Amino acid sequence: MTGAALAALVAAEESQPSILLPNWPDLIWGGVVFLVIAWVFGKYALPRLQKVLDERAELIEGGLAKAESAQAEADARLAHYEEQLAEARVEAAHIREEARGEASQILAESRVRAADDAARITAAAQRQIEAERQQAAISLRSDVGSLATDLASKIVGESLEDEARRSRVVDRFLDELSASAPTSGTGH
Amino acid sequence: MREDATWAAVWPHDFKELALFSLASALLVADGGESGGFHAPSIAEFFPQVILFEGTPFALDRVMLVRIVAATALVLIMVVVARRATLVPGRAQAAVEWLMDFVRKNVAEEVLGKDRARQFTPLLTTLFFAILAFNITGVFIFLNIAGTSRIGLPLLFAVVAYVTYIAAGIQAKGVGGFLKSSLFPPGVPWFMYVLLTPIELLQVFILRPATLAIRLMANMVAGHLMLVLCFSATQFFLLSAGPALKAFSVITLGAGFALTLFEIFVAALQAYIFVILTAVYIDLSVSEEH
Repeated sequence: MTGAALAALVAAEESQPSILLPNWPDLIWGGVVFLVIAWVFGKYALPRLQKVLDERAELIEGGLAKAESAQAEADARLAHYEEQLAEARVEAAHIREEARGEASQILAESRVRAADDAARITAAAQRQIEAERQQAAISLRSDVGSLATDLASKIVGESLEDEARRSRVVDRFLDELSASAPTSGTGH
Repeated sequence: MREDATWAAVWPHDFKELALFSLASALLVADGGESGGFHAPSIAEFFPQVILFEGTPFALDRVMLVRIVAATALVLIMVVVARRATLVPGRAQAAVEWLMDFVRKNVAEEVLGKDRARQFTPLLTTLFFAILAFNITGVFIFLNIAGTSRIGLPLLFAVVAYVTYIAAGIQAKGVGGFLKSSLFPPGVPWFMYVLLTPIELLQVFILRPATLAIRLMANMVAGHLMLVLCFSATQFFLLSAGPALKAFSVITLGAGFALTLFEIFVAALQAYIFVILTAVYIDLSVSEEH
């Protein structure tokens, strides 16, 4: 349709220059402006802009690479820290275990020592008590002897001043006493 | 045009005098009959009065002047943008880069593939920017005619495309290989070459550049004619026609406005079509059996 219209136009305008055929001014001015544009684009504008675009792409890619390496480094560092942390935990657990063992050992030792002390103190106390008892028994015996002889001499009117006799009497008395003690303990 | 004098005479009138004026023009129409009426725009639109160097091959008329203005503006914009180009682009740089990216990705790389696009992207970018600049003058105020609406410049663009795709074909396959793959398309029974080879010959060496040039020129011519038609009809309806017809001026003005927007679209579309066809022709020349 465009072709037909153009043909009609061309036919109608026989006197005018043809619309489909270039004349010299058209070609020359067209060529001049196109050459200027092509020269500026080819020599300056496009290379310069392309350089900037390439630089930008490089910068972005470089930034990405840098970010990636930083990320990798951070990951490595994190892994390292985690490893260290795990080691520290293990060590801490170990130390705690050791301390617990030592503590129980110390406890056991001190318990043993305390028991020994207690036993020793008890033994000393018992020995002292025994000694005091014996001393008491001895003094009691002499006191009871003199008391009894006094009493007996008063009762029998016989002097028991004589040492040999007195001790004989006391001994007999005490023997009787100890012989009757079990029966009095069970019977009367 | 002949009625120019009449219109020039009536233009200075104040719009308050519209009634008087329309009466006068109605009288004029009644009086002069054909002479005061409406003249459709013609092919003469594209061959305006020569301003300088009349009679020489450098005869400068309005269309040529428009080309010079457009080329100067384009070169200035590109030089300024390129000189100030920074890694973080400003608005102008971003716009230019967007167009460059468009040609590189949507034309060159899409048709030719990433590797081969590299070689031809600068040429396609230059063609696209130049054609767009010369097309857009058709709707630019005070310029009002496309630099590509005379066949010379579209023809030069087409010759550049022609030389490029033939040179690319010869570079890729050698003269014999290029002619063989162009004129004797593979995968066809031999007797079909009797029919196909003349068609391919015509196609590759004449029709492709001719259609590139004529398509671009004809689109710009048609667009300009439609715009002139709408606006001169508006002027006629408003100023010269009888009162009953004045309302039509609104319609023609609206149509002219819509067509202006459409012409902006066509300007970009034709630049795109030109470069994508150039890329396709290069691809047909260089690619192996298709």
